Amino acid sequence: MTAQLPAWAAFVVALLVVAGALLAFIGSLGLLQMKTFYERVHPPTMGTTLGTGLVLIGSMIFFTVLEARPVLHEILIGAFMTLNTPVTYMLLVRAALHRDRAEGSDPLEKPTQSPPGR
Amino acid sequence: MSSALIAAQVLVALAMACALYRLLRGPRAQDRVLALDTLYVNAMLLTLIFGIRYATTLYFEAALVIGMLGFVSTAALAKFLLRGEVIE
Repeated sequence: MTAQLPAWAAFVVALLVVAGALLAFIGSLGLLQMKTFYERVHPPTMGTTLGTGLVLIGSMIFFTVLEARPVLHEILIGAFMTLNTPVTYMLLVRAALHRDRAEGSDPLEKPTQSPPGR
Repeated sequence: MSSALIAAQVLVALAMACALYRLLRGPRAQDRVLALDTLYVNAMLLTLIFGIRYATTLYFEAALVIGMLGFVSTAALAKFLLRGEVIE
């Protein structure tokens, strides 16, 4: 089922893919474990940045060695995720902040030292 | 290598289960949107690992499409949470 690779390439690809999957799993576990929404935003970014990056590098090495030519189209997904993850999470946190403020509980507000301009 | 890829797939499937649990249980709407985004990313990783396992680049396009749809849907849902409508 799995194609035949040189041993070193198989080892490297397996290591990268398992590390990436482990990071994605730890990120999702953190999403499950954290208490508030603003803490919950942090863990999935482990899976979306480093986890995706490691799996993509593993895939690039696999297809490059398998087809004996440079196969680099996984960079597309990498660039796409790198650009889009911050944008979506910023939008989402801004929406959450807006909803919290609309309900009268501002998580950024500190009772002692609130600057007058905000 | 085959067993390592299966182990990676099991890990990603467990990650998807965690995200799905948060999606079903999440106390508020933004938690559900975040869980949906995580679910999309994990599904994309699972598709990529399928591509490595069966040694075909066909799965790459599927992963790309899943990533793009995940971005669009999360951005649209965040916009909806922010404004109450998607296109204004």
